[in-house]
Amino acid sequence: MATMIENDIPQGLSLDPMIPQLYRIDRVRDETDDTFTLSLVPENGETKISFLPGQFNMLYVFGTGEVPISISGSPAVPSVLEHTTRSVGIVTKAMGLLKPGDRIGVRGPFGSHWPLNEENGRDFVIISGGIGLAPLRPVLYYLMAQREKYRKIVLLYGARTPEDILFKKELERWRGKFDLEVQVTVDRAASGWRGNVGVVTPLVARAPFDPSNTVALLCGPEVMMRFAIMELQKRGVPHDRMYLSMERNMKCALGFCGHCQYGPGFVCKDGPVYRFDQIASVFGKSEV
Amino acid sequence: MIQTLESVIREHPFFQDFPEEHLPFITGCAKNVQFPEKHFIFLEGDPANEFYFIRGGSVSIELVIPHLGPTTVQTVGEGEILGWSWVSPPYRWHFNAKTLKRTRALVFDAKCLRAKCEEDHDLGFEMLKRFANIITARLDATRLQLLDIYGHDD
Amino acid sequence: MTPKGPRLNSSVLVSPAQLDQLLQLLIKRDYELLGPTIREGAVVYDHVTSTKDLPVGWTDEQSGGKYRLKHREDGAFFDFVVGPQSWKKFLFPPVARLWQAHRSDGLFEIVPEVRKPTKFAFIGVRACELHALSIQDKVFLQGPFVDPEYKLHRDNVFIVAVDCVQAGGTCFCASMKTGPKASAGFDLALTEIIQEGRHNFVVRVGTKAGADLLSQVSHEEASPAEVELAENLVAEAAKHMGRTLDVNGIKEMLYRNTEHARWDQVADRCLSCSNCTMVCPTCFCSNVEDLTDLSGQQAERWRKWDSCFTTDFSYIHGSSVRSTPRSKYRQWMMHKLAYWFDQFGTSGCVGCGRCITWCPVGIDITEEARVIRESDIFASAAG
Repeated sequence: MATMIENDIPQGLSLDPMIPQLYRIDRVRDETDDTFTLSLVPENGETKISFLPGQFNMLYVFGTGEVPISISGSPAVPSVLEHTTRSVGIVTKAMGLLKPGDRIGVRGPFGSHWPLNEENGRDFVIISGGIGLAPLRPVLYYLMAQREKYRKIVLLYGARTPEDILFKKELERWRGKFDLEVQVTVDRAASGWRGNVGVVTPLVARAPFDPSNTVALLCGPEVMMRFAIMELQKRGVPHDRMYLSMERNMKCALGFCGHCQYGPGFVCKDGPVYRFDQIASVFGKSEV
Repeated sequence: MIQTLESVIREHPFFQDFPEEHLPFITGCAKNVQFPEKHFIFLEGDPANEFYFIRGGSVSIELVIPHLGPTTVQTVGEGEILGWSWVSPPYRWHFNAKTLKRTRALVFDAKCLRAKCEEDHDLGFEMLKRFANIITARLDATRLQLLDIYGHDD
Repeated sequence: MTPKGPRLNSSVLVSPAQLDQLLQLLIKRDYELLGPTIREGAVVYDHVTSTKDLPVGWTDEQSGGKYRLKHREDGAFFDFVVGPQSWKKFLFPPVARLWQAHRSDGLFEIVPEVRKPTKFAFIGVRACELHALSIQDKVFLQGPFVDPEYKLHRDNVFIVAVDCVQAGGTCFCASMKTGPKASAGFDLALTEIIQEGRHNFVVRVGTKAGADLLSQVSHEEASPAEVELAENLVAEAAKHMGRTLDVNGIKEMLYRNTEHARWDQVADRCLSCSNCTMVCPTCFCSNVEDLTDLSGQQAERWRKWDSCFTTDFSYIHGSSVRSTPRSKYRQWMMHKLAYWFDQFGTSGCVGCGRCITWCPVGIDITEEARVIRESDIFASAAG
């Protein structure tokens, strides 16, 4: 079915993949008033962190529960694992109360990854909305580190209000570099905001990439991705060069519990990153 | 190379496939114009007798809300059209338009264009078709903004 | 009778008493003997200590939403088909603790569950159930991850299969090509023959382990006539299935009918009670529960059977993706008959009929598929 990326079974999971590895909170950074980033280091000093951009971990807060959170840090840093999440439910709210030094359980990394190795020499258009920028941040780190391999890189990012924009400092820094175009837009703004107000869709229509030689990566609310895909289609980007990250209810992340089924696949192993042509028949279908 | 008004108009996506015979008249309605930053191009309630192609810069469409103050609901940037209230009576602007930075544009005399469209319905239809597209796109965008898709309740 | 026992794929004959010896031998060899017994008016799988614990002299009558046991005079051991339970309850327990965790001073440690490597012996496994086991093997053993509980017990299961000589009222294994004859995946397979006052079992040897066990129990060679009789009985059963399902191109057929009006019709009847998923031998969905005690210092993680029909099964971002009975029934049926092919390379359905029998309103998966197929307006376009 969808691209199933072969991953080596991560360290320590080979015995019982439902048992979390123990990590320690190294840093907690508030990104906005409801979003924070945890920096985790393994309790077992020998563990090297290794993941591919797009993958996620199951994070366990003692006694409260476990949730899937995309990895949001740089894949080139083997000592720290970063996760950015909104504080919305019981587990993430409890996670938001953890402090440096506290222990947290980690299972993973799981799932498919963004197609980076295979796409040398192309333009990249990265379309994100809200918290959807977090699973794409590892891509940006990766692309920036090998900038010469790619042509134009455009980041389009929609947020609710200027106060909800994530990773402001990094966005400024990337924008300040040559050849990375960053366009941010918000749903609404008080006066004082001098940037775009409006949705991401019209930005897609005007973004400077070559549709015949572009890879599009999308992550955000499904409705945003749906409209963005329509714009990409209008510009002639083929379905097999669009990739999106999907979300569904997840309990085990191993392909056993069945909760994350999305049409014929499991988001935990056939996704979360899907090449669009492989889910085009179910994407946007009501109640699938 | 300084572009003539006509070539700027011809190249603009809005006028793609526009019937040749109408282009001279359209060009005749147009003028180059520049605004400094934080300048009100028009105010809510003003007569709507122009529309603009933004050639560079950025304009905020804002509404003043009693306890929130001036709130931007849309920004219009390079390559986009500003203003459609000139199309329907009573021809008054519904929002303020304020530049966010130095902005240059083509301004079209809509009063003159309206009169000509009443006379020449072919021209009128071509203009309305294109403005319908713009309004539809803005409506879609506004609906998405209304949905507050990045909002709480996860 | 050679010391090493009968050859693989050969057939021998045992009497009821000899069958009982076989069971006793398994118990002596520390197998946990599990087989059909009667409880609360149904045939369920539970511990058995001898052939006396089997539903001797009972048969079942099944139809949509109906299950009754009826007494019969000939003292048959296995003359019923399948009840509300399947063998998955032993390899994939309905409730299982995965680990415990203890917290002190802000730090916590995880204590994995110590699992006893119990040797199960399943007595009376039907052909459809053998297929169901291999289907669940694909889920739990042959994906990117292996379920340790399932693997621990699956490797050691001794299987005595039973061919069905009578088809059940809701059975359609013949359509699914999963029975009624047990063809693979067993150590021994029995066909019960009761004729002219004689009561015997033709036993086919499936593995060396089966041969070895048989070698310790007295038996005779089965005559060609007896072997043929056994085969005929099973072949007859294949002709009297309670239901049929046309599986020709069924995956594509369902894929092009995701908006068929029939889904609304079945939604009017479906109670989302989840019985079908509980009784189905291949359904594998589960839930993970993280719990603490009152002190908040001890935590546990449990896995429990779940069903795609539960309200919050697909909950994300404030609501469930599938909240209506229509979408839930469609998900279950399409998973079973269509998505399963893409996920695991086979159908998810073995034609056991349990979902039909145990649905309180008698929804019949074969009927739903038939109606959709007969009114598939996209069929000719698909060629």
